[in-house]
Amino acid sequence: MRSVEEIKAAIEAAVPGARVEIQTNPSVSGQHSLRLDPSHAVQVATFLRDDPEMALDFLSNATGVDWPDKEIAEKVKVTRTVTKTIDGVEQQVEETVEETKKRVEPGCLEAVYHLFSVAKGHGPVVIRMKTVNRTDQVELPSLTPVWRSAEFQEREIFDLFGIIFKGHPDLRRLLMWDEFKDHPMRRDYVEPDDFEWEPTAHDEVLKRAREHRSREQGSGVRDQKEEAKAEQ
Amino acid sequence: MAVDEGLKIELGKQGIFVTTIEELYNWGRRSSIWPMQFGLACCAIEMIATTMARYDLARFGAEVFRPSPRQADMMIISGTVTKKMAPQVVRLYNQMAEPKYVIAMGACAISGGPFKQGYNVLKGIDRYIPVDVHIPGCPPRPEALLHAFITLQKKIDGQHLTGEGRPRHLDANAPGEFPVPVQGEHDLEPSENGLVWPLPAVKMGSGV
Repeated sequence: MRSVEEIKAAIEAAVPGARVEIQTNPSVSGQHSLRLDPSHAVQVATFLRDDPEMALDFLSNATGVDWPDKEIAEKVKVTRTVTKTIDGVEQQVEETVEETKKRVEPGCLEAVYHLFSVAKGHGPVVIRMKTVNRTDQVELPSLTPVWRSAEFQEREIFDLFGIIFKGHPDLRRLLMWDEFKDHPMRRDYVEPDDFEWEPTAHDEVLKRAREHRSREQGSGVRDQKEEAKAEQ
Repeated sequence: MAVDEGLKIELGKQGIFVTTIEELYNWGRRSSIWPMQFGLACCAIEMIATTMARYDLARFGAEVFRPSPRQADMMIISGTVTKKMAPQVVRLYNQMAEPKYVIAMGACAISGGPFKQGYNVLKGIDRYIPVDVHIPGCPPRPEALLHAFITLQKKIDGQHLTGEGRPRHLDANAPGEFPVPVQGEHDLEPSENGLVWPLPAVKMGSGV
């Protein structure tokens, strides 16, 4: 099979305007992937499927990745003018100070597709797409028109990560119920407080049990239950 | 009024059969429990094995698996109850006619099992409906299901038809219908039925 660099060159030659980035994988497997720009993704996917050299006719897996907002602390050298008194005379002096600046790298959601060629017997080719952010601009083009097997997997990504696939024929939740509002596979998902009783609560369970109890005491649920028990 | 056991045997030797209505009634109830044909996960495979010739649930009068809740007496919760499925399980239970019994089969049905830390699995069906027998195991062997069944029969045999602790269908004040949880925006609402699932006190060590 061709290397990712060759595939990138082939895509850029075949689809004018398509931007392809190579994301290297430093692990032993060395499974490098191609990041497509969403606006040309369907054209690129069609090319990968129909090109006789590539013939990637089988989409084996589609999944999502959540990249939360990342806070990065950097040390920056800042030069500024300071008024100082030197030898009894006020002077304007330039001073270089090292400051720690925090910036927030905005997060995004990503869809990852693994492609194989049954005809050629090669693969996988990994392609990825990123959304703009993870709150309101979460649209990506659906690849279901290209590979039909993406249909349920894209529904699952929509359900668990909240990526909206434009062009999907039937984008409904797959695993959770329709009324459900959250996306459970996101990093910032908060689990419902459906506390489980354990005879010897410890660690995480103990923490949750304590939170649950304080919440119940706050709402008076437990008090009512104990009163009802006492009456019986 | 119970018949003296020795006298009963003695009379039996003379060809006289003595019994009570209660005994006869309970014998009838426990000897023809028809389970509902209803499987939720891998435990259902063991349930099927229990009904087949090797383990032969028919020996206990329970071989007739009914595909309708209206004709069934017992519900075997055989497997993981997801939050998506839980309202349907409660609704099916409500549709069964009294007297009705529930066996919670396996770790998932009694507590959520290996999935109980997840967001999508109900942490035990006894949060919503009254369970008669719990069987641990993942999955329980067919012998365990048979044991649960025998335990249920013993429980039925021991019930008195009058007074405290009489079967639910003979108690006019007993609840006949159990509220079906609604699938809400974040979780099932309510997350439990307090009448059937009193929350046990939690031992949380010192400082609480």
